[in-house]
Amino acid sequence: MIWDALFLGLGYNATLVTIGAMLLGMAAGVGGTFLFLRKRALVSDAVAHATLPGVGLAFIVMVAFGGDGRSLVGLLLGGAMSAGIGLLCVSWLSTRTRLAEDAAIGAVLSVFFGFGIVILTVIQAMNAGRQAGLEGFLLGSTAGMLRTDAIVLAVSAALTLGLVLLLRRPLTLASFDPEYASASGRSIARIDLAMMGIVLAVTVVGLKIVGLILIVALLIIPPVTARFWTERTDHVVAISGLVGGFAGYLGAATSAAVPDVPTGPIIVLISFALFALSLLFAPQRGVLSSFLRHRSFQRRVHLRQGLLALAQHQPIYEGLTMRLLKNAGLVLADGVPTDAGKARAAKAMLDEARWTIVRGDQSYEAAAILYDGLTDLETLLTADQLQDVDARLSKPHGVGA
Amino acid sequence: MSGAEFVPLSLTPMLIGIFVAMACALPGNFLLLRRQALIGDAISHVVLPGIVVAFLLSGAVAALPMLLGAAGAAVIAVAAIEGIRRVGRIEPGAAMGVVFTTMFAGGVLLLEISDTSDVHLDVEHALFGNLESLIWLDAFGWASLLDPEALAGLPVELPRMAATFVLVGAFVALFWRPLKISTFDEGFAQTIGMRTRPLGLALVVVSAIAAVAAFDAVGSIIVIAMFICPPAAARLMTNRLETQVAWSMVFAILAAVTGYVLAGYGPLWMGFDASVSAAGMIATMSGVILAIAAFAGPHRRSV
Amino acid sequence: MSVELATLNGQQADRTARADSPLAIRGMTVSYGQKPAVFSVDMTIRSGAMTAIIGPNGAGKSTLLKAALGILTPLAGTVTVLGKSVAQMRDHIAYVPQRASVDWDFPTRVIDVVMMGLYGQLGLLGRVRQTHRDQAMACLNRVGMADFATRQIGQLSGGQQQRVFLARSLVQAADLYLLDEPFAGVDAATETAIIGVLKGLRDAGKTVVVVHHDLSTVTDYFDDVFLINTQVIAQGSVATTFTQENLQTTYGGRLAGAQMDALSGTLG
Repeated sequence: MIWDALFLGLGYNATLVTIGAMLLGMAAGVGGTFLFLRKRALVSDAVAHATLPGVGLAFIVMVAFGGDGRSLVGLLLGGAMSAGIGLLCVSWLSTRTRLAEDAAIGAVLSVFFGFGIVILTVIQAMNAGRQAGLEGFLLGSTAGMLRTDAIVLAVSAALTLGLVLLLRRPLTLASFDPEYASASGRSIARIDLAMMGIVLAVTVVGLKIVGLILIVALLIIPPVTARFWTERTDHVVAISGLVGGFAGYLGAATSAAVPDVPTGPIIVLISFALFALSLLFAPQRGVLSSFLRHRSFQRRVHLRQGLLALAQHQPIYEGLTMRLLKNAGLVLADGVPTDAGKARAAKAMLDEARWTIVRGDQSYEAAAILYDGLTDLETLLTADQLQDVDARLSKPHGVGA
Repeated sequence: MSGAEFVPLSLTPMLIGIFVAMACALPGNFLLLRRQALIGDAISHVVLPGIVVAFLLSGAVAALPMLLGAAGAAVIAVAAIEGIRRVGRIEPGAAMGVVFTTMFAGGVLLLEISDTSDVHLDVEHALFGNLESLIWLDAFGWASLLDPEALAGLPVELPRMAATFVLVGAFVALFWRPLKISTFDEGFAQTIGMRTRPLGLALVVVSAIAAVAAFDAVGSIIVIAMFICPPAAARLMTNRLETQVAWSMVFAILAAVTGYVLAGYGPLWMGFDASVSAAGMIATMSGVILAIAAFAGPHRRSV
Repeated sequence: MSVELATLNGQQADRTARADSPLAIRGMTVSYGQKPAVFSVDMTIRSGAMTAIIGPNGAGKSTLLKAALGILTPLAGTVTVLGKSVAQMRDHIAYVPQRASVDWDFPTRVIDVVMMGLYGQLGLLGRVRQTHRDQAMACLNRVGMADFATRQIGQLSGGQQQRVFLARSLVQAADLYLLDEPFAGVDAATETAIIGVLKGLRDAGKTVVVVHHDLSTVTDYFDDVFLINTQVIAQGSVATTFTQENLQTTYGGRLAGAQMDALSGTLG
């Protein structure tokens, strides 16, 4: 059955929802990247929670006008309106009062959600016995969806993705360097507005698929995952879109195939699995590789400093330094340097002196910025340059007492 | 309203609401000033997976294992956020978003695939709680407050929440100076020998204890609101930490009382015969208080 | 003299120097990622002197200070205060951080900030007595800020905030004062007030170490200089160490000719 789902063989509705989830995941991944790069990831959490009172009020209004209150488009429009108001509250609180943005986010999130709960209980009291089905918006439920709703979802997910791709360039620019963007005549306020519009669109479309509590994961986890693999903004955007799309597709397909598995949580867990793999194993920023690099760097620093201390006849105060020197055969057990140790110490001393000259002379700037305290200058300078540096070494150097 | 009606039906839920509000708002003051306001949000989301795991391990809906499970989940979440932030070099907001959504999703999934249909354990309950149900059936009026037999029938949530508030209060009182100094100037705090890292962790753990104890009675949504709204409103009233904390307590009590009353009686006044969610209404009232402070608080703007 | 003897003498001399110095750093390396901000630094501060730590932007001046105090964890290196560990000597050290490192919107008053310096005496629950308040007020007075005691700290100017920080360190009654860029972005009145207080401390036998960026005031203000650009360039008295050649080496030839000319009158 899972294979049927993966290859979209579970019927027209499930296929539409799966495709919709994939498109939504891509839109969220791409749109979330800008939010993440602007360090405002959790604004989306406030937006998502703020949809609840709107959904509830839309239901009440639609019932009041004689409908059964279940029109998906109507409910989503209501959600979008209250989320928009929530967003305005966040920005008003964080710009017009002394409260920081995180406090504004938390306040809007909890108060709107609390008010939404109040509305939900009002609805329960209104039509006791008849299920309004609004709980499905909390965690997402795509099972037993109407054909028209599935079409609405797939189409609006596609539209959202189109919108995100359309606004990709200015958003990349603004999230990478807001000052440059505003200097080059783009209004940051307008771009931020566009960004929030995308967040709003993703959230609202995602309400039915992922649910309002977890939609924020779709906007946050893919960009964070993508960030581990690259230093380039456009690549983060692309990878993030792929991660989001993959998680959306696989999650919705699994949920369609396995009864009782809500769509939202499974999509989130799949995204997290990708995140965890990236956190651990990404080649540059991954935990494993940075740990190994850090340790080898620390050892090289200690060894180098031990050699410098030996050369200057200074005591070595740190155990790790001494152990490394001994293991490398540079000192004997009693701390007396071996011949190899003396030679390496002298070389380290020479390197330090050479570096001081190179870093003190602007004409060697290209080499000087590569200074890390460890690199041999032979690898950076030409023979002529090295000769010039060494010639200056012999001159008396005014180091005071 | 007579004591015979008020004491058994409204007194205990209202008192529980008050203790919840104060126990969360008190550490919330420091979380707010440390720009960690959303830690409360993260903690209250991970309570669900905590109790689900505790239920699956212990096989019963019992208070103690669930409290332990929830507290354990909160500590794991905080450690994971800190770990991801450090080793992955990710900004705290995003790290938080990754961790709490994932743990919440895990909790929901566990709940769905394990057979918990016969127990009172569901997502909605975890979110909204059921404050209204914590009534005191053994009471007959104000006199019951002095009647040991009736007192024995108090809902267990009341003494539990009172004890939680005392614990949180004791922590804040004892570490008032280190909390204040390290929140203002962490570098200075370290140079005078304060262990700011463990202190910050202790603050989060104490907040988690408050959240966990509170959530069973009132659900997570009120917890998040109380961590943030009363302290935020209080910050706009004053420029002294001592006064801010006092205001936050006042606002917490005010939100709890007005929220509870409006939820219980508001619909009646408007001609409906049902009540609405007290937890939701308390959160809403805390928002109303914050809105008033944001429009009229004497220190609402920064200098 | 044999190499072994030289080694022995060298080591003995260094141990003595370390035991006598109010702040001695050996083999300190601090790195952000793979890029060292401070590399293999040895520093020996002279007791009872006023020392300026000088170097270009990003040379690791503040980093060195923070690592010495344990605010940052170094990759390698040891720090001693009169031969003992920093943790043992905390009560003898006062630190004035950079102004930018603090949340100025924090709800607290000037006098409360100064009282924070008394934490070493008061502990967790010690009662605040009138003598403590008097001490704090006296220190505010020394920096000329007594009139501002009940203001919210965010309402002060940059220079005034700096003076409040200085008052907080004074109330600690330390023997070693470490200040991170105390003169950055402050008004002339503040600079005069601060340097007056610091010289007073020095004259009372205290040791003062200042991360400093204004080369033109070095000879007026300080006894010793410590020149750093990730590596140590030179350290010693202003007269022998604050030379044009050392400065050019420190700043990598980035000091413009005009700057050097302006300095030439003050150089040692």
